[in-house]
Amino acid sequence: MDRASIIERLERIVGPGGVFHRPADLLVYEYDGSVDGAVETARPTAVVLPTTAEQVAEVVRLAAAEGLPVVPRGAGTGLSGGAVAQSGGIIIALTRMNRILEIDREDRVALVEPGVINLELTEAVQPDGYFFAPDPSSQRACTIGGNVAENSGGPHCLKYGVTTNHILGLEVVLPDGRIVWVGGRTAGQPGYDLTGALVGSEGMLGIVTKALVRLTPLPEAVTVMLADFPDIDSASHAVSRIIGAGIIPAALEMMDNLTIQAVEPAYHAGYPMDAGAVLLIEVDGIAEDVAATAAEVRELCIEVGAREVRVASEKAERELLWKGRKMALAAMGRLAPNYYLHDTVVPRTKLPATLRRVGEIGNEFGLRIANVFHAGDGNLHPLMLFDRHKKGDVERILLASKELIKYCVEVGGSLSGEHGIGTEKRGYMTLVFTAEDLAAMAGLKNSFDPRGLFNPEKVFPKGYVCGEVRALRLQAMAQKHGIYAF
Amino acid sequence: MVVAEEADLRRLGGFSGTDVPEPELLRACVHCGMCLSSCPTYRMTGQEMSSPRGRLWLMNAVAEGRLNLLDPVFDEQMYQCLNCRACEAVCPSGVHYGPLVEASRAQLEQHRPRPLWQRAVRKVALGWLFDDLSRLRGVVGAIRLYQRTGLQTLARRTGVLRVMGLAEVEAMTPHISRRFLIPGTERWRPQRPAAAVQLFNGCVMGTVFADTNRAAARVLAHNGNAVDVPVGQGCCGALHVHSGMMEEARRLARRNIEAFEATGDDPIIVTAAGCGAALKEYSYLLKDDPEYAERAKKFSERIHDVTEYLAKRPLQEPPRRLERTVTYQEPCHLAHAQRITEQPRKLLKSIPGLQLKEMRESSLCCGSAGIYNLIRREMANDLGDRKAQNILATDAQEVITANPGCAMQLRACLDRKGNRMPVRHIVEVLDEAYGGEQAARRGRWVADRAGSEVG
Repeated sequence: MDRASIIERLERIVGPGGVFHRPADLLVYEYDGSVDGAVETARPTAVVLPTTAEQVAEVVRLAAAEGLPVVPRGAGTGLSGGAVAQSGGIIIALTRMNRILEIDREDRVALVEPGVINLELTEAVQPDGYFFAPDPSSQRACTIGGNVAENSGGPHCLKYGVTTNHILGLEVVLPDGRIVWVGGRTAGQPGYDLTGALVGSEGMLGIVTKALVRLTPLPEAVTVMLADFPDIDSASHAVSRIIGAGIIPAALEMMDNLTIQAVEPAYHAGYPMDAGAVLLIEVDGIAEDVAATAAEVRELCIEVGAREVRVASEKAERELLWKGRKMALAAMGRLAPNYYLHDTVVPRTKLPATLRRVGEIGNEFGLRIANVFHAGDGNLHPLMLFDRHKKGDVERILLASKELIKYCVEVGGSLSGEHGIGTEKRGYMTLVFTAEDLAAMAGLKNSFDPRGLFNPEKVFPKGYVCGEVRALRLQAMAQKHGIYAF
Repeated sequence: MVVAEEADLRRLGGFSGTDVPEPELLRACVHCGMCLSSCPTYRMTGQEMSSPRGRLWLMNAVAEGRLNLLDPVFDEQMYQCLNCRACEAVCPSGVHYGPLVEASRAQLEQHRPRPLWQRAVRKVALGWLFDDLSRLRGVVGAIRLYQRTGLQTLARRTGVLRVMGLAEVEAMTPHISRRFLIPGTERWRPQRPAAAVQLFNGCVMGTVFADTNRAAARVLAHNGNAVDVPVGQGCCGALHVHSGMMEEARRLARRNIEAFEATGDDPIIVTAAGCGAALKEYSYLLKDDPEYAERAKKFSERIHDVTEYLAKRPLQEPPRRLERTVTYQEPCHLAHAQRITEQPRKLLKSIPGLQLKEMRESSLCCGSAGIYNLIRREMANDLGDRKAQNILATDAQEVITANPGCAMQLRACLDRKGNRMPVRHIVEVLDEAYGGEQAARRGRWVADRAGSEVG
């Protein structure tokens, strides 16, 4: 079928207002939140905005019949290029499927469509004393469907777990156009945990059209502390001490001086401009416990060299402290036109050494690197600042990135804590997985999507065709000799 | 609809002429998407091109020569935007979206030929009418006559308005103040003046809502401010800036700067959020004018929204209790463009007996957006309906706002739901609590279009 007929068919499925195909319309679907990093843009053939699962299924069937790639998209705030149509095809944007279908207070679950905005789900259930725990920094814009695809985290995942811990069941459109349910309302679903397999599958196994999510009771008391350290080293030690003492804060975040320089002028959150690093520590639970734990945390911070620990229990003050943290990434626009954000994870005990290495890499490559991250999880977010228009900047960023990721993996860490692999980090997958490991993963992909039409060119290393283990073996060999494929 | 082909995208790229969207400002966007959920048009459509990030991307594409300035999608998006600036208020990178979309519109106006009739309408409506406010007073006077002579009742009953396609515009026409406020003709003096302020009268405020300006003046005077309305001032030019008519806006700006320079350093008080935002941005509008750049900066620093000014000082305790529940609709150009959110609430809460019940999405645009609701009725009506629903869900007896455009739009969308709840400016409620001109009189804002007094 030619392009015009395909568009006509799409319009018949979702109505003319739900299909975009003019070049200028497609321009704004060539990027997602990763575009200022190192992810290339790519333009889809058409963009469809369905309103029902049936429409999604019909579009998928049409695409399958035509052999067109399908790329699901939420708000497009992702940081690894997951929503960019690398091989063209049809982008299915789920932003118009944004209803909260049911809130079950007794069973503490909600049934939502994929386009519901993360923060708005929390706002809807807050009056009943609940919240949706995964809280990525983009929560005021990102969608539940996107959270499921990327298995998103957030500051509070230290205590409450990531998205997969909060998804009970999913309605999914499979690559052949069938609509199926996985998981369910009660614990202990029989058979394979397909919900677990789908969460974090980056839109490569199916498209979520409904999600049954767990609601978490709001804690009775919350205290947020801002600990001011003279340097990153002492702040990292404080992290180890707190976790080592058996304390599980609701969140434990670190921001270095460069981050403070970007955030404080924007939000006046009260971060000390001369601090080497600050820790934002939230403890929650029963009032007595919170008070005791907060005191203990304070003590530990002072012991390892904190200059001051500010305690905020009033809601407005807590929110202000958090605002600075949540907006930190995006506030980097104040320091440089572009940033490349990493998402590596290292064992907590390796934090001090890793952060030192990050500093060295910055010096070696002449880059400014800001650090703002989930210290409690060891989930780093080094932000490499650059200017895309400056000659050589992008190359330096890529080289420095490789250094950084290599180091993190060497000390026993991982590529990505919560942002997904997408196109951005697929080249590094062979650093963490052997060819056989990847082949096992590809087996799952194959059983869902044997033709490889769902979100192609993601997660698996470039040049790798589903099931073709040989390519991976070659890459593994190259890797052994210190050659990295991108 | 003409479908632009791939090749067309490259044929005519780039901005040129005056008022080019500043590359520096454009580059500040890191495309994080944090703005999406705050944007009314994105909320209504769910489509990326209708989001601030999408529009900035389109501007970038034009700047880079990847998109034709005259591509219909670019035109559509630059004008579908309400310029409510909600995205600016939430932008972590501090992107100045307003000036960028305004410059983009100025580009379109420079390079895109408009049909003759459109040019004529713009020239008369925005150029001629607002250039000399005595002309505006004449027109508003005629509408007032229409309202008062019974012609309005007749026109509405016979359905002639619907036939002429004017029913919706007509429904938005507010009840017009009996007496216009003409600069230099009225002043307010407290017994012991502690400060002197100058009132910016505006065009619609000084005519249609003249009584609101008087209420503001009385509240100011009640709190120790001598109030004058300097002669020589005119329309602020906000509508012109929003329509890409920069030269016209600059002419009006220069005139206002001159008029107020004669009054020293007194604070300039504004009762319309839209005007206040525009006046505060004269410094930007005239930044390349060697003669006026510095003077514009000084002028902009003197501008205060009336709520901003009042909330900064200790207020006299109002003598009257107002036992009622109200809800507050935030004008975009107050909440987002001027970032004034706490002060109006503080003032409302200072009135004894008054209960403030917050509505959902109080800072989401109501769809008024200057003259947007006249030009793009469908989007404006959808937003208005959503707003009316949120208002009605509060069970408030009055809805309070601080901008004439919002007031008219709220009136129209409440009317569509068959609700006659008064829509009032915050200073009117304060004025009432202070006893007003005649103690118990209420509802002078657009509370009652038919002419009978409420209260």
